[in-house]
Amino acid sequence: MADKAQARAQASRLLEQFLKAGAVEVTPDILQPAEALLDLYGEDIRARAYVTADPLRGEMMLRPDFTVPVVQEHMANGAEPARYAYAGEVFRRQDHRGPARANEYFQAGFEIFDRADPEAADAEVFALFAGLLAKLNLSATIGDMGLLRAAVDGLDTLPERKAALARHIWRPKRFQHLLARYSGQVEVPKARADLLTGQRSGAPWIGLRSREEMEARIATLAADAAAAPIPTDAVAAMGKLAELRCAADQAPAALRALNIVAIEPAIARLEKRLDALATRGIDLAAITFDASHGRSTMEYYDGFVFTFTAADPALPPVASGGRYDALTRQLGQGREIPAVGGVIRAGLMSDLEAQA
Amino acid sequence: MSEAMIKLGVPSKGRLMEKTFDWFAQAGITLKRTGSEREYAGAVEGAEGVQLVLLSAGEIPRELAAGRIHLGVTGSDLVREKLADWESQVADLAPMGFGHADLIIAVPACWSDVDSLEDLDAAAHRFRATHGFRLRIATKYHRLVREFLTREGVADWQLVDSQGATEGTIANLTAEAVADITSSGETLRANHLKILSDGLIHQSQATLFASRAADWSGQESRLAGLAQQLGLPAPTL
Repeated sequence: MADKAQARAQASRLLEQFLKAGAVEVTPDILQPAEALLDLYGEDIRARAYVTADPLRGEMMLRPDFTVPVVQEHMANGAEPARYAYAGEVFRRQDHRGPARANEYFQAGFEIFDRADPEAADAEVFALFAGLLAKLNLSATIGDMGLLRAAVDGLDTLPERKAALARHIWRPKRFQHLLARYSGQVEVPKARADLLTGQRSGAPWIGLRSREEMEARIATLAADAAAAPIPTDAVAAMGKLAELRCAADQAPAALRALNIVAIEPAIARLEKRLDALATRGIDLAAITFDASHGRSTMEYYDGFVFTFTAADPALPPVASGGRYDALTRQLGQGREIPAVGGVIRAGLMSDLEAQA
Repeated sequence: MSEAMIKLGVPSKGRLMEKTFDWFAQAGITLKRTGSEREYAGAVEGAEGVQLVLLSAGEIPRELAAGRIHLGVTGSDLVREKLADWESQVADLAPMGFGHADLIIAVPACWSDVDSLEDLDAAAHRFRATHGFRLRIATKYHRLVREFLTREGVADWQLVDSQGATEGTIANLTAEAVADITSSGETLRANHLKILSDGLIHQSQATLFASRAADWSGQESRLAGLAQQLGLPAPTL
């Protein structure tokens, strides 16, 4: 195992390469306000980050990643376009044992904020990482969350259903459950049926949630019950899309074969990205395309996603990243900018170099 | 002398202690408190080299994890809540058939539109949009509730800590839902709450656990003998 000094030196070398690639160094604080992170990740972040308290600034977290503070800094006072780089420790609480479970490790990262040509920016980040990791014989996997999002958006059904599905794209179990419900594949539970025939509880009203809030939801449920189910062939196509896995150069044809009209613009963007990667010398036949890549682990990415992994399945990815346009909207208070980036685990990279 | 004994941790009072004593008595092992009513000392008859340690049920998981006791009786809910990666720290030797309690999620009974986790998730999403913060669930079982809701894909909730009188938090407007232990459901009903139809997180009961961290050297045959006496397979630690 690389010791801390080796990991730090590796992170510094990576930072230097990122600066050569045109980035400006940013140095976010280790102590981050908990609120923005909780807002973004939900309660689950408490299981993964160290929480502490400051008497004046309230609840704080030991930085679990750099992306959120980098986006905040850019949205507050960044000029466009911008390329940022950073190197330093991140902290992850671990509830389970195992080699992949370091709770403190060095990351070096590179982020591009640029409106001009998102697919070119995607390819720039990926090619930069591929070059830095070239000696390690890693396997690369790419995906695109934009495809599933477009497929959901293209469903011929109620906007409320589409919104609920889009909200749960990153939670496959709940997503499948809702899809089965909206397509009539699971029976309406008795409680729901009773509710829609007008049955109400006689219990006294308690709590902050109001009767009006309940009635508003019941109206939505009634509209849902009256709407036609999502056709089963659309559900089947969605399932095939989620399961699609092939060599990256085969991906556009395989996606078109699914005959989902709504994803055509997303396929065109994927093709543009693949062309940009090929232009930068990336061998597309050697990369895996996985339409569900990062779906349950890389939550704020909403477009292109990628990882570089070593052969040992017990190891975490050596590098990972993706596009997070929606995150900039969420943290930008009314402003937004397309953004893509990624991180390399410096210590793990040193370990693999020592083995190579 | 106590160095060479198997230390058995047992809840120090109440029904849980009595039932534990009964359970061991069925195997011909007599556990008893010695000294005055207020003194936490005990004795074991009918099993060689076993020392009784009387402890608060809530402290037994921690003592097992630290290896300060070899065996311990406590609720399966407490072990899962208090010990990270619990199976790597203790071995589950035997469910004991008493101390049953369910960890469940409950919401106001007046919420006619909420019967399942699917409903809770949808209501939480609207609640957050309306009130500007995530739906609050009061509990003292943070790990179990968080893991359950994450696994089930429920979003837009937050946990608020409640170490007692949890069922009252909703009427007091400090939470919208609760996750708590119930056996008969009476306290829930009295507080106008109902259990979600798929809101069962864990069915707890008193369980005999063995510590993986304790020093078992020289105790192997004694443990095997004790297991045999209790009618249990020989544990692998």
